[in-house]
This record gives sequence, C-alpha cells and structure tokens, in this order.
Amino acid sequence: MQPPAPSLSAEEIRAIIHRHLALEGPLLPILHALQEACGHIPEAAREPVCDALNITRAELHGVITFYHDFREAPAGRHVLKICRAEACQAMGGAALAEAALARLGLGWHGTTANGAVTVEPVYCLGLCACAPAAMLDERPVGRVDRARIDALLAEAGA
Amino acid sequence: MRIWVPGDSAARALGADEVAEAIAAEARARGIEAQIVRNGSRGMIWLEPMVEVEIDGVRCGYGPVVPADATAILSGEAACALGPVEALEWMRRQTRLTFARVGVIDPLSLAEYEAHGGLTGLRRALAMDGAAVIEEVSASGLRGRGGAGFPTGIKWKTVHDAPGAQKYIVCNADEGDSGTFADRMLMEGDPFSLIEGMAIAAHAVGASKGYVYLRSEYPDAIRVMARAVEIAREAGILGADALGPGRAFDIEIRKGAGAYVCGEETSLLNSLEGKRGIVRAKPPLPALEGFMGRPTIVNNVISLATVPVIMEKGAAHYAGFGLGRSKGTVTLQIAGNVKRGGLFETAFGMTLGEAVEDLGGGSATGRPVKAVQVGGPLGAYMPVSMFDTPLGYEEFDAAGGLIGHAGLVIFDETADMLGMARFAMEFCAIESCGKCTPCRIGAVRGVETIDRIREGDPTALPLLADLCETMKDGSLCALGGFTPFPVMSAVRHFPDEFATAKEAAE
Repeated sequence: MQPPAPSLSAEEIRAIIHRHLALEGPLLPILHALQEACGHIPEAAREPVCDALNITRAELHGVITFYHDFREAPAGRHVLKICRAEACQAMGGAALAEAALARLGLGWHGTTANGAVTVEPVYCLGLCACAPAAMLDERPVGRVDRARIDALLAEAGA
Repeated sequence: MRIWVPGDSAARALGADEVAEAIAAEARARGIEAQIVRNGSRGMIWLEPMVEVEIDGVRCGYGPVVPADATAILSGEAACALGPVEALEWMRRQTRLTFARVGVIDPLSLAEYEAHGGLTGLRRALAMDGAAVIEEVSASGLRGRGGAGFPTGIKWKTVHDAPGAQKYIVCNADEGDSGTFADRMLMEGDPFSLIEGMAIAAHAVGASKGYVYLRSEYPDAIRVMARAVEIAREAGILGADALGPGRAFDIEIRKGAGAYVCGEETSLLNSLEGKRGIVRAKPPLPALEGFMGRPTIVNNVISLATVPVIMEKGAAHYAGFGLGRSKGTVTLQIAGNVKRGGLFETAFGMTLGEAVEDLGGGSATGRPVKAVQVGGPLGAYMPVSMFDTPLGYEEFDAAGGLIGHAGLVIFDETADMLGMARFAMEFCAIESCGKCTPCRIGAVRGVETIDRIREGDPTALPLLADLCETMKDGSLCALGGFTPFPVMSAVRHFPDEFATAKEAAE
C-alpha cells in the first residue's frame, strides 16, 4: 500500500469537491474522496467544502465527527480492524483482540510508534460464519487466532 | 475445463485467492486449459474455500481447499472431494428462491444471469402497469427482510399513490447486525438480481433514480455492485430508456461511513443527503417524505432481490412457501460458535433448534449450546429451552424475540451472559445517534447499572429492568428501543448469572 500523500493542494481539493457537486447529497462522497486522496479530512478542505455546499463549519464538523470512518488526522500506513461484535465474541474474539492490543501496547484506535499500523474496532464484517474476523486494509481474514494476528501485524510492519 | 473458486469475501477471508492462484499455476504447468470463475459462495462457509470442477457436465466440490491441494484437484484425486455439489445435503434441503443463482453463476456475467432466469421478472413487470406489479408483490406476502417485516406491497402502494414528480428507490445495504451476511453474499454473488429488483420497484411506483446505501465495511460488495451497475448501464437495463422509451432509471452506489444506526431507514436517508445519520421522527413516513423530502421506497437488499423471482414465477408460487403470515423463504445466516456455519434459504417454519442443531451441527467447540442470539445485536438471546420456536415473525414475537434479518449467533456454555448484556448496552452507547434521551443516556446508564449488578449491588437489577422499560417505550428507533431485548432476555433466561454475581459479592 502506497502511503497516502500528506496533504492536498488547494487546486486538488477544489477538483475533488467539484467532481461530486452534481450528486444529490454530495457531502459523504466528497469526504470519502478527500480521505482516499490523503488519508484524512484535511483542515484546509473544510472552508472550500462549506463554501461549495453552503453549510456552516459547525455542520461539517458535526458530519465528520458523527461517522466512525472519517479521520481528522492520518492513520498508520495500514489499518487493522478487529471485529468486536457478538458472533466474533462467541468464538473468543474479545480475548484475541485484547491480547493483540496488549502485545502492541496500544488501546483501540492506537497507532504503533513506527507509524505502521492503526488498530481499530469494527462491529461486524459480515464474516460471522468464520469468526473471529479481521480486516487488514481491505483484505478480509477469517478464523483469526493469535498466530494469524501476529502474521498480519508482521506483514504490516508493526 | 471449468473451475469455480469463490470470490465471496468469506471465502477470500479463508484463503480463496491463494487457492485460485495455485490452481491457475498448476493448470499452466500442466498445459491444461482451465477457465477459473470467481463465483459467489454456495453458503457452506465451513467448507470454504470450496472449489468446484466440472466433470462430465456435473459440478463436483472440494473443500475446504488449501493451495497445496491444487495438484490433487486437477488430477481428480483430492481427498477433500465432496461429490456433486447439488447433491450435498445442505443444498438439497434448501428452497433457493432469492439465492438461486448465488454461487452458481459468474456474478458479473449478464449472459449467465439471463440464462438462469434473470431479467424474466423485469420483462414481465414492464408489460404490466405499476398497480398490477404492486398487486403481485402484495399477493406474494413478501415482508421486509431487513428486520421489521413490514409488508413490501403496502409500502410500494403508499409510494405509488403519493403525489410527486420525483420518486426514489433506496436500497438499505447497511447490513450492520452481527451474525448477518445475506445482503453481502447476495451483492457479491448475484448483484444483477438486486438491480433487477430495484428496476421493478422503480417501474411499479414511477421512480427514476435509485440508490444503494452500502456499508464501508463491505469493500468487496461495493466493488462488485459498482461494476454490475456499469454493466447494466452498458446493456441498457439502466439508463435513459431502462423502463421503456423515455422512461429512465439509474442506480448509484453510495458508501456508508461506519455508523451502525444508518441501517435505520430515516437515519440512512439523512446520511444519504449528506447529514449526520440522525434518526427522523415518524411520521412523516419515508414513503411520503423520504430522500430529499420526496416519496421514497426504502427496502432491504433481500426484499428487493426477491422481487424478480416473485415476478418470474408468480406471487402464488412464492406465497406457497412459509408459515402463517410469514410467506416465502427466509435466508438463515448461521454464525458464531457453530460447527457448520453459513447461509441456508428455506421456507419459514423450521424450528430454531433444527437450524442450530441439525443444520449447524451444534457448537464449533463441541461444548453444549447455551444460547442463540437471533436477529442481530438488538435481538433476544434464546435459550435451548426455546428451541422449539418456529422461525416466523409472529412466532418469534410471541416468544419475546424477533427474527430480524434472520441471523443466528450461537454461543456455547462458556458464554458470559451478563457480559453479553453489558456489551449490548455498550454497543448502543457507542452507536447511538444521540437524538433521543432514552437511547443516548439510557445506554450509558445501562452499562453502569450492569457493572453494579456484577459488583453485587442488590438494588441494581430492578433499576435495569426499569431502565429497559423506559428505553423500550421512549426511544425513537429500534436501536434504543430494542437494546432491551438482548439485555432483558439474558436476565430472564439466565437469572443465575445475574444473581450469582450478587451472591459472590455478598
């Protein structure tokens, strides 16, 4: 995975916003596109988004902070999501997640010191018949055990 | 030589990509001309990755396959040979209507889709007027498969009769409930059936635009659906003349952003409009004032994807299956601590115990089953003593539970029911949209109160019951309103675990 560009120029921000303006309800697609381009919603994008959509900074802030997906700062180079939901708990997912976090010395949403991996909770990946489940970036992983978590973390450079 | 290696994300999660590569490499090395299709999953997740090879016109299964099996599979001597897939008991016992094509066809081949009955329903619908289509859907008895079980035909009729030049079809693909994956499997395995269902709905009510609100946790489903929409556009199934000359219908795939509450229809509509996913008070119904304040059908993936087969085979065929007012089939998702997990489509009426013990084969760990949470994080924990409850909307309601999206999450005897009750409250607190007080504050107090029970506070249990009553009666939507189901069912059916905590502390 290519590390996301640290920032976007005013020109790039304008282009991303403009590309979505014809949509009905364009705000979420714009925020997703901004985050895809630079790993988070940059502060510099707030004013142009508000201007383009005629919404207040408060409204935009409300939307960005409402959704778990949107970040105000970049994550690590990789994101490991570990499912916390019931089906995974039934297969020992909670203990597995705790052990992984403890080994990394992180809490949920924490990033390793070398910036390689951010570990996040997720509530269901739809892999409930092969629980416990996790997802490294966009790659689904089922029947996760300690060895597999370690392998995933090693692969991500944690 | 035709070979199928599922591209379904559960199969991928169990190594299907590596298996597909190994088989392709082995075929190349031996000079075998192999056509590898990445199909959907047949639903036998415990056998995934399940490879199928066509032998004398019959699809034979192998599973679970590891890359090292490639040599043996291509030689026809793999130890994991299952025989003809259609003859497997899991397949033979099903009534596959909605999932007829899932796992069978190449999900993105429109030609295979048509060859397996696809588009027949849409063609028949387009030859009828909207009211007649709605009549047919009503007669089928189809009820909302997202969980609420509201009659689909009535919803459609409301939108049909509502005044307004612009109407919308919104597909709720925000399948956030733990233990459910039918929407995901359908979108990954047979995306055109959803597109066809939405087109039929659009024709029925006079809508020109559709949205699929698809959760971001499903990147594979997003990719497949987006590509399927492009293919459908190229083929004219979507576009300016989709529903006849000058009658446009198009679909846009919208990605969610990780909020569970957006599976609630009004919250979903706000999110689609670019707002916080806050629940709206009803009335007005979304059918009258939905997306952008206009008449809108909001239906679950399975509801919409079932419409084509209803139109293809007729309402009477569909209504011929089922139990009482629960007509047709239910797509059971058997998950959690279970030996044979997966998707099983069958007529309503099977008992819970049959699904868990007979189909699922009991727990994966081999320990006795303790409880099954039916219907997602907002569904009740059903103890073994209630395993004779038939799977039907009214039957589950009478048993103090709900069928929801038909996910069954199985727990063995090691499950900590007080812990699960606490988690239900914690989850509600994390995911609450914040609009109504019983949910926003109640969930936080619920966690604290359950902690007090664990610590042995004898006054806490009545308080929890009272809090749950308040949440049930006072919440605006099912998140706050149904969280009491898992909590109070755990208290009711496993009282010892709430009492033991008390006695242990005394």
